[in-house]
Amino acid sequence: MSEILVLVEHTDGDVKKVTLELLTKARELGEPSAVYIGSGFDKAKDKLADYGAAKVYVADAAELTGYVVAPKAELLAKLVADASPAAVLVAATAEGKEIAGRLAIKTDSGILTDAVDLKLDGDVFVAEQSIFGGSSVVHSAVTAGTPIIAMRPNATAPTPGAAAAERVDVAVELTDSAKLAKVVEKVAVAKGDRPELTEAAIVVSGGRGVGSAEKFSVIEALADQLGAAVGASRAAVDSGWYPHQSQVGQTGKTVSPQLYVACGISGAIQNRAGMQTSKTIVAVNKDPEAPIFELVDYGVVGDLFNVVPQATEEIAKRK
Amino acid sequence: MKIVVLVKQVPDTAADKRLDPDTLAVDRGAVDGLINEMDEFAIEEALQLVEKHGGEVTVVSMGPEDATDAYKKALQMGAHKAVFLTDPALAGSDALATSYALAQVLGALEYDLVILGSEASDARTSLVPALLAERLGLPQLSFAAKVEVDGSAIKINRLTDYGHDVVEATLPAVVSVVEKINEPRYPSFKGIMAAKKKPVDTLDVSSASIDAALVGWAGSRSKVVDATVAPPRAKGTIVTDEGNGGTELVEFLASKKFV
Repeated sequence: MSEILVLVEHTDGDVKKVTLELLTKARELGEPSAVYIGSGFDKAKDKLADYGAAKVYVADAAELTGYVVAPKAELLAKLVADASPAAVLVAATAEGKEIAGRLAIKTDSGILTDAVDLKLDGDVFVAEQSIFGGSSVVHSAVTAGTPIIAMRPNATAPTPGAAAAERVDVAVELTDSAKLAKVVEKVAVAKGDRPELTEAAIVVSGGRGVGSAEKFSVIEALADQLGAAVGASRAAVDSGWYPHQSQVGQTGKTVSPQLYVACGISGAIQNRAGMQTSKTIVAVNKDPEAPIFELVDYGVVGDLFNVVPQATEEIAKRK
Repeated sequence: MKIVVLVKQVPDTAADKRLDPDTLAVDRGAVDGLINEMDEFAIEEALQLVEKHGGEVTVVSMGPEDATDAYKKALQMGAHKAVFLTDPALAGSDALATSYALAQVLGALEYDLVILGSEASDARTSLVPALLAERLGLPQLSFAAKVEVDGSAIKINRLTDYGHDVVEATLPAVVSVVEKINEPRYPSFKGIMAAKKKPVDTLDVSSASIDAALVGWAGSRSKVVDATVAPPRAKGTIVTDEGNGGTELVEFLASKKFV
């Protein structure tokens, strides 16, 4: 079985769901080795083992995470040179793609981003990508070097398949050019207990129709009943009603949940580009002509301040 | 300070985009082209920085020979001059090949800062800022929502999933901006007239010292194998709320096992 490197996304040892998806996919195509950069491996180990990491390359030197992405790309480049993997998988997050891009240059390899599936055709990795907001599907392959594939969250259902997760410590002597952009402070906004937007099975999103920051509580209440993440359209974020981390659409996050509930969102192309591949789409909007209704499986024409609270209450009643 | 802003002409987002069945690349002839929206924020940031610190803004664009609207818009907004890289040999370049070509163009320019948008609305890979930083050996200051320059020091707020990182570096640097950073100005009538007289340096592959074997279809490191138009979504059920729309919505969700 050929080795496939999977870059682990985690917060101090809390492994993100997308990493489990990548391990599951890598198991279909070869033997996954996880690459764990940063502190907290002991906390992450069991999960990486449960989802099939035969080996885990662990690099916990503080300087690897003290600069913008470049050190991680250098470490991965060293691993690619040493282990000659069949492919490298990363999550198609903002940082994942940046690391992958720099790695591609360092290893003189090709890169494919935003893959929603990955298969082997003989010994060629073929990625499926959903482009133009889901209106076209393309299959692409890397034609030089080690295939580097950035896969979208929610593209693969994670399934357990135990392996040893044998720890292999690795270190890299960073070049000066990896240490040019120094992170001097990390500022976190309160996140609460809701699931991560790009990883959530259900996303409830609010748009211009919500009208104010305070009234987003109506969206949050429905999200909490459904165990969902909260999203926001660019109009809502630009108005200052909800933080930018929650923005869905072009220039924001792309989400592909099982269920997407659009509340007071007209469905302008900028928003559609970020949610069109959701499995089931539901919308509430008072404008019957809103383009969002062209996408929906189920739509309610009505005032979201009547419909959404009623739905929230009804779900609570059924529990 | 000298600032280079990179801009890209893209197909209009609102138009139906498709792939050319022969080349499997974006069919740019099928829809109107215009400046990538995020690039307007890059131009605005550059203009604000030179208004504060002095200097000049050079806009650099790469594209088919008729893709001139993007850099013209930048000149109308106030950029001082333009460099336009166009050559049939560049057609089909992937992000890696594109970053190589742009790095070659930048190699012949003097600059303290390179500013670009963090994403183009057509391919949306967000790769080019990181690729350029890697190729040029410069600090990567990507996803910037705030930029401060003080002498040769630069500090940005880099948007992250949890909030932001404050990142410091020394000039020269590559900065990519997000659309939260400023409010791009509209070109004034005076700006539009003045833009017509601003210098535009048009380069081809050889005058930009680009190795033609490393760009275009042949120089790219990935290829599209096949492309299909996704089947349209089946038409859904639309109801009008007559007092129990919320309850009916939950009925639907329950039928799909979400509740």
